[in-house]
Amino acid sequence: MEKQPIIVVENLVKKFGNFVANDNLTFRVKKGEIFGFLGANGAGKTTAIKILCGLSSPTSGKVTVAGFDVYRETNKIKQNIGYMSQKFSLYENLTVKENIRFYAGIYGLNKKVIDERMEELLSGLNIQELKNTLIASLPLGWKQKLAFSIAIFHKPKIVFLDEPTGGVDPIARRQFWDMIYDAARNGITVFVTTHYMDEAEYCDRVSIMVDGRIEALDTPAALKKAFAAENMDGVFLKLARKKSN
Amino acid sequence: MHRFLGFVKKEFFHIFRDGRTMLVLFGIPVVQLLIFGYVVTNEIKDIKIAIFDQSKDEVTIEISNKIISSGYFKLEKNLDNISNIEEIFREGYVKEVIVFEPDFARKFEREGIAAIQILADASDANTANLIVNYTNAIIMDYVKKVNGSNQMPMKIEPEVRMIYNEGMKGVYMFVPGTMALILMLVSAMMTSISIAREKEMGTMEVLLVSPLKPFQIVTGKVIPYVVFAFINAVTIIVIGHFVFGMPIKGSVLFLLAESFLFISMALSLGILISTMAKSQQVAMFISVFVLMLPTLLLSGFIFPIENMPVILQWLSYIMPPKYFIIIIKNIMLKGTGIAFVWKETLILFGMMLFFIAVSVKKFKIRLE
Repeated sequence: MEKQPIIVVENLVKKFGNFVANDNLTFRVKKGEIFGFLGANGAGKTTAIKILCGLSSPTSGKVTVAGFDVYRETNKIKQNIGYMSQKFSLYENLTVKENIRFYAGIYGLNKKVIDERMEELLSGLNIQELKNTLIASLPLGWKQKLAFSIAIFHKPKIVFLDEPTGGVDPIARRQFWDMIYDAARNGITVFVTTHYMDEAEYCDRVSIMVDGRIEALDTPAALKKAFAAENMDGVFLKLARKKSN
Repeated sequence: MHRFLGFVKKEFFHIFRDGRTMLVLFGIPVVQLLIFGYVVTNEIKDIKIAIFDQSKDEVTIEISNKIISSGYFKLEKNLDNISNIEEIFREGYVKEVIVFEPDFARKFEREGIAAIQILADASDANTANLIVNYTNAIIMDYVKKVNGSNQMPMKIEPEVRMIYNEGMKGVYMFVPGTMALILMLVSAMMTSISIAREKEMGTMEVLLVSPLKPFQIVTGKVIPYVVFAFINAVTIIVIGHFVFGMPIKGSVLFLLAESFLFISMALSLGILISTMAKSQQVAMFISVFVLMLPTLLLSGFIFPIENMPVILQWLSYIMPPKYFIIIIKNIMLKGTGIAFVWKETLILFGMMLFFIAVSVKKFKIRLE
């Protein structure tokens, strides 16, 4: 039996006036999957993510996230997802502890749970001694790991990562992907966009968007085979070229 | 509620940890008030005056001497022709001319009333007002002494004319003006910057994706500034009253309520600005050029609205501080209640609703 889908998108269309940002998208993301969401800038990735996160309503189509409808149940969706962007989104003039408390607080966790999980988190990252350090003085790699840990602190069903590794060195990126795998192993579905094609290889399945449409969707291995490419970079280039011809 | 309180707490952390924010919030208001207070309404000393005495009797000479020996004034010239007055003002160094009517002593003693005309160069409005007040006080002091033993009180009627600036009003302009300026600064500028900062740092995205409602996010950001702006309003009123002797004739409660209304209006304006500005710099820029300069220049704070070109007068009608200044002056100086300022109050309230409505609309469009 195939695992239950946690994100269901059927014929999603999003228009801004005459401009069609998302043109009839249909895909499913399975529970616990690491789903890569690729595409050039302006291909419509951000629009789709906003819809999935409940920030914007589709023009038409059926979309459910974690079992909730994006038209009517955005509040329930928000409670069940985590989000992290390229900017890492931590408050620079708050300490590590205060950031954790703040973000956990807005998801409605009580103080006891927060303190327990915080200890877990800090010892997991091995940064207990940095608890009272201001975020501003942490190196980028640490900020990124911390931002991810905070994004899944409330144990969401799905975590959306919008280009989470931008500007970080390769070693830190590798470590970051280890954290992603851990999260997926714990049953959290990971929905990730990225610019780095080598990262696409780490995903269970990858969708590639071109001009508002999903042009390819499969496992990295299957895609490479179908496009007769050595790596994901090749797949991406061939798709883009096919489109422009 | 629990989530919301955590949010407000975070906002206070931001403010207390940022030295610059603290400075803007608490340092600048006091410094500004003191600067405006002491620089704008400076003590006067050795102001050059001219006297046109058409009577030259014992009373006019005594009054002249009293004025000149006060230390505030220095006699530059005795005029003997009315046409010299304009000329001497044009030259610029004489700031005040005192004119005694002919037959001064006789009128004063027989009819019990005599007239003095005080003309002041009001191109420097505040100084003009001050020196006229000082002159008046000296004359009144003389009258009081003369009347001390008399049964029939005698009167001197000073007629004041502000040359170049007829409509100038209120030496206490600076307290309401500074208050409007500072509340505008703290409320509108600081909120717009702090919301723009969240956008710049990317934390706004995370907040929007969280279960917090946009309404809660905005209110949470605004509440600390309401508190601080209110503290500032009280500070200014206290300093204005006890340091500069600004009277508070009306109800203090009403005064605070109107301040609160103005703060809310300024905050909604700040929110509107933040919906337009993507970065802190842009928010700052808009605040300074759209809020601060017009507040200073067009609200009647420094330059009297009556003397502006018609177009600028029209423009002043859309300046919120103008109405606040009118309200504050009415309450503090005249002791009037809502009956006299309901129109201005309503305008401020309307402006607030307008800014909120536009912000909500803009906010929705941006989310799409």
